[in-house]
Amino acid sequence: MEAMLEIRNLDKSYGATEILKDINVSAEPGGFLVLVGPSGCGKSTLLNCIAGLESISGGSIHIGGRDMTHVSPKDRNIAMVFQSYALYPTMSVARNITFGMKVRGVDRATRASKLQDVARQLQIEQLLDRRPSQLSGGQRQRVAMGRALVRDPQLFLFDEPLSNLDAKLRVEMRLEIKKLHHDLGATMVYVTHDQIEAMTLATKIVVLKDGVVQQIGSPAEIYRRPANLFVADFMGSPAMNLIPARTSRESGGTRIEIERTGGAPVVLIDTRNGDLPEEVILGLRPEDIAEAGFRAGEEVQEVKCLIDMVEPAGADTFVVSRLAGRQVTARLHSETTAQPGSTLDLAFDLGKVSYFAQDTGERLN
Amino acid sequence: MAAWLERNVPRILLAPSFLAVLVFVYGFIAWTAWVSMTRSRLLPKYEIEGFIQYERLFAAPRWDTAMNNLFIFGALFIVVSMLLGLLLAILLDQKIRTEGALRTIYLYPMALSMIVTGTAWKWIMNPGLGIEAMVRGWGFDEFAFDWVIDPDMAIYAIVVAAVWQASGFVMALFLAGLRSVDEEIIRAARVDGIPTWSIYSAIIIPSMAPIFLSAFIVLAHLAIKSFDLVIALTGGGPGYATDLPATYMYAMAFSRGDIGQAASSAMVMMTVVFAIVVPYLYSELRAKRG
Ligand SMILES: Nc1ncnc2c1ncn2[C@@H]1O[C@H](COP(=O)(O)OP(=O)(O)O)[C@@H](O)[C@H]1O
Ligand SMILES: [Mg+2]
Repeated sequence: MEAMLEIRNLDKSYGATEILKDINVSAEPGGFLVLVGPSGCGKSTLLNCIAGLESISGGSIHIGGRDMTHVSPKDRNIAMVFQSYALYPTMSVARNITFGMKVRGVDRATRASKLQDVARQLQIEQLLDRRPSQLSGGQRQRVAMGRALVRDPQLFLFDEPLSNLDAKLRVEMRLEIKKLHHDLGATMVYVTHDQIEAMTLATKIVVLKDGVVQQIGSPAEIYRRPANLFVADFMGSPAMNLIPARTSRESGGTRIEIERTGGAPVVLIDTRNGDLPEEVILGLRPEDIAEAGFRAGEEVQEVKCLIDMVEPAGADTFVVSRLAGRQVTARLHSETTAQPGSTLDLAFDLGKVSYFAQDTGERLN
Repeated sequence: MAAWLERNVPRILLAPSFLAVLVFVYGFIAWTAWVSMTRSRLLPKYEIEGFIQYERLFAAPRWDTAMNNLFIFGALFIVVSMLLGLLLAILLDQKIRTEGALRTIYLYPMALSMIVTGTAWKWIMNPGLGIEAMVRGWGFDEFAFDWVIDPDMAIYAIVVAAVWQASGFVMALFLAGLRSVDEEIIRAARVDGIPTWSIYSAIIIPSMAPIFLSAFIVLAHLAIKSFDLVIALTGGGPGYATDLPATYMYAMAFSRGDIGQAASSAMVMMTVVFAIVVPYLYSELRAKRG
């Protein structure tokens, strides 16, 4: 299947400062591509390059199979939604949505019927005569989406559209965007710094850091097999436990030793991953450390640990223990009897483990 | 005692200036209003005689000319300064590299005294010294540019000088307004396919309405109290062809010895200023509260 968006070897500099370095990304028709990374990593810049709002210093951008590298934004067949909503302040909601069509020469009847369709879809029919200043944040967001929807573009671009909303509304709108994507079957590129948004919306995630792509993959791939320490730490909440460990070969597999103060080292035997360097960072998600007896599997190994802290979080309870000087979080069921200061047998699921090189941070297994 | 002082220090500090304003602004407004109702000539008299000074004023052809001139000058000055200021602001808004230098250059005339502006333009437009002499010197013997000495055109010469002085200031005001529009709105418009001139005319400029109002108020009150520019450029002449209300008042008070006329014309000017400023203040204050 030909990609709807294809970015090849894209570079972008402002003067001598390189903002984006050799970006290669593609989005399949109907896909939901999420660009995620910490603030300042170049996500908006990349999106603006796709939109043609910023010129690029090298590489090419194809949209719908056409080379759009030097095409102006209005001819790229895209629509964009911005973080600040960017509504035209002196125009009514209806005019905000239809003004672009009018300028492009769409006739009055078509404009009116498209406006009605979109207003119904987004439930903003009763707001059409208002000014942007008379709307709440969530309503403005809907109007901004309406303005994008009436374009009926090949590609939708979203730049952190939810980050100005409060937490509850954010979750609601997230679901609506997902539904919209499903209903329209359109291709979307979505920028966010919020990894939960990325995980819930994306069919494909691109993790960026300092203008360099760290990993591209499905949400499950990114979550299960992060390509390096940065991705492991950035994606997932609470974050993946990253524990320095020593390895050595043994008859039954690889022996993994984790230091701890005031006790014997934790020893785990990994029967599946050989060939590890002596010093590694071991990565385990909190849900892959459970209370002994609650997790079964060939690779599950139990270790007695001193519990430092217990944090009930409703459905789950998180407990924290110190290993190798790091706080290691385990996700237990809510009825656990764990007490701070007492010991508890924890089950480490080495079937889900990631190993990273201590020097480069790259994934090893 | 200390507590009393602490509570009243602001009042004590403000009292002298408050008193000064009370006497020298409002006191003299009241005095002028009084005198405008008397038969004062060279010296003020205090017997109220009603509106005879105003009747004389509105019957005087010279006052007619002054009011007409104010209308022509004010309208042209405000409209041309705003249009030129807006045009310059839009041109400067195109992210050109020399913007800082150009902005300073355009803003400089506002730092000059009107007397300097008037004198400079008097020389520039003087047929024997300035543009006319220069172009004739190039060999165009028929060329004429003698507005300053033409009674029908002299008022336009004043408009030229005043526009030169004020349009840079208007430009700075408008440029700040253009820049205050959220960058994302302009990006959205560009993606939406809206051409640049439409972005300005339909999106940016309408959202600058408050700045237009401020510019209008500043220019309007400059126009009404214009005095020094006329004195320096034409001295009100030829004849009294370029008289404005302010120069009329000055002439009556200090060279014609007609304090009654001066006072009544001053009151009319104040009324005109109030007619412009009061609705503005009213709308501003209401907007702040609401
Ligand atoms: N016009 C510009 N000139 C110079 N540097 C810029 C410009 N715009 C953005 N940058 C820099 O590019 C980097 C990436 O910015 P941006 O794409 O907005 O980050 P993000 O959207 O990921 O938070 C930042 O370090 C920012 O300072
Ligand atoms: Mg951004």
